[in-house]
Amino acid sequence: MTTPPTHSGRRLGRTTTRRAAEAVVRAIIYLCGWMAIIILAAIAVFLMWNSFRAVNEAGLFTMLSGTAWYPTSSPGKFGMLPLIVGSLFVTGVALAVCVPVGVAAAVFISEFSGRLVKEVMKSIIEFMAAVPSVVYGLIGVAVLIPFVKDAFSLTSGMTAVTGGIVLGIMSIPTVISISEDALHAVPEELRQGSAALGNTRWQTTFKVTLPAASSGIFAAVMLGLGRAIGETMAVLMLTGNAAVMPASVFESVRTMTGTIAAEMGEVVQGGLHYSVLFAVGLVLFTITFGINLVADLVLERQRKRWRR
Amino acid sequence: MVSTLLVTGDGALSYDAGSVTLPRTVAQEGAASKAADLQGSFSLADVSVAYGRDRVIEGVSMYVPPRSVTALIGPSGCGKSTLLRCLNRMNDELGNVHVGGTITLDGADIMGRAMDPVELRMRVGQVFQRPNPFPMTIWDNVAYGPRTQGIRKRSELDELVEESLKGAALWAEVKNNLKKHAFELSGGQQQRLCIARALATKPEVILMDEPASALDPISTQQIEDTIAQLKDSVTIVIVTHNMQQAARISDQTAFMLRESLDEPAHLVEMDETRKMFTNPDDARTESYITGRFG
Ligand SMILES: Nc1ncnc2c1ncn2[C@@H]1O[C@H](COP(=O)(O)OP(=O)(O)OP(=O)(O)O)[C@@H](O)[C@H]1O
Ligand SMILES: [Mg+2]
Repeated sequence: MTTPPTHSGRRLGRTTTRRAAEAVVRAIIYLCGWMAIIILAAIAVFLMWNSFRAVNEAGLFTMLSGTAWYPTSSPGKFGMLPLIVGSLFVTGVALAVCVPVGVAAAVFISEFSGRLVKEVMKSIIEFMAAVPSVVYGLIGVAVLIPFVKDAFSLTSGMTAVTGGIVLGIMSIPTVISISEDALHAVPEELRQGSAALGNTRWQTTFKVTLPAASSGIFAAVMLGLGRAIGETMAVLMLTGNAAVMPASVFESVRTMTGTIAAEMGEVVQGGLHYSVLFAVGLVLFTITFGINLVADLVLERQRKRWRR
Repeated sequence: MVSTLLVTGDGALSYDAGSVTLPRTVAQEGAASKAADLQGSFSLADVSVAYGRDRVIEGVSMYVPPRSVTALIGPSGCGKSTLLRCLNRMNDELGNVHVGGTITLDGADIMGRAMDPVELRMRVGQVFQRPNPFPMTIWDNVAYGPRTQGIRKRSELDELVEESLKGAALWAEVKNNLKKHAFELSGGQQQRLCIARALATKPEVILMDEPASALDPISTQQIEDTIAQLKDSVTIVIVTHNMQQAARISDQTAFMLRESLDEPAHLVEMDETRKMFTNPDDARTESYITGRFG
């Protein structure tokens, strides 16, 4: 092995095998990469295919702008607006909960805690993310529904606020871990530079670190939002599920996800109602896809910014 | 051979070369006699630093005269950066660092509770080895320190920005582009921006830790010119690995050495740069300067 191979044939042979192996590995990696895109496209096509009848018979615009959701009356009314507004209300409340708490926790973990505290906090957050949503739902039913009813003197504690708060809590781990990554990516030299100019830790955090990490934190919020808007089980248990236009977040609402989960079991396969539920799914898919796309673009921009 | 390295400066500093051995008295006299007009003198007495159990520096005593350039030289790992960070208490940021001895800035103890490190750092600025502009515009970078000090008036900030950029010899290049993002500048320009940023808080002292080591020769030259200009108004303490640079730009030079990894580093010799580079008292200084070790 000490002398290099002088026989040119052997050398060539080895190169050829290596090249072949490389080509195979590359092909597999390409395939996996494309797989994700293919699956995504397949989902989109599948949703569109199944909602074709709904668009044809109920009309896309009528569905999107209609405020009456009576799918079982005859003829059925398929106004999705109450569901869309319901989802927005719940998600809005969830954001109001998870953004401040999540970002503040990320700042604490990244900027103000020692190594030990950091590790412990990170494990707890991972655990929080692993708790099934139905468990959060149960706790919400037992604790939050009566609390909201009393606190706001409502007739029922099953409201958009109730679902939103629990959803917000569920989204906190996502917001924390991605925000923390973004803060962590800010070069230490910037913090030192700011400290050397006579800034306290707090001033440095607000004036340099947070702005430098802002696009990453924005992406964290968007991903948390994506998680909140797609969540089904907890909202089904907590929001009361009245499919009527809510006047405020203190009323019962039904989300898009809740509607699909609750009604899919009772519809005739291939029927109009069935197809309309797919159309609801398509709307949901479009919204979450858009949110994730924006988050990705923003994250990519941040990555480029630090690659100098 | 050694003398060819020397660029003769005015060297018109009337401080006692023996001050190294008697830092306290000389420092106090020096501070007292010059306090009226000249500020920014450090005196260190028996300074030691330990990272946890690891004693890195011990028994360093020296006097840094105001309005001059002091170079810290020595082999890698001998604690030059560590000593520099003592002067603006940036070691506090690291945690688990113990600094012993006494350090005074213009006669005032900077390590006691009476000195707020945040306040100290407005008086003692720092320029880092790698340019570290903030991700914002040139103007915002320079105005950053003054804003921390509570200056809000736009006209006042504009004035400070211009003055500081001129002080760092960057004004001519950027005066029409103050709203440009700092990352769009070249490495050398970024480093001069960092000098301007440090100047903007009107410090008495600027610490520089190998400020030109990441730069090309032309940018290095510009930084050196800037330093030469600045020493009329601020005290500069600079760490450098470049002997020619130390010889060119400094008025006095301190040579530190860590003889072995088991013992902490100490100050071998500190004297006027001219003397250090032509006729040092210690044989180890001569060996290091002529490149025989380190
Ligand atoms: N943050 C730290 N924690 C622990 N030890 C440190 C730390 N910083 C420096 N040291 C140790 O202190 C000693 C001196 O380091 P320092 O960086 O001050 O040397 P230096 O003279 O600046 O070296 P260089 O010329 O390579 O920059 C080294 O042995 C180093 O390992
Ligand atoms: Mg160093």
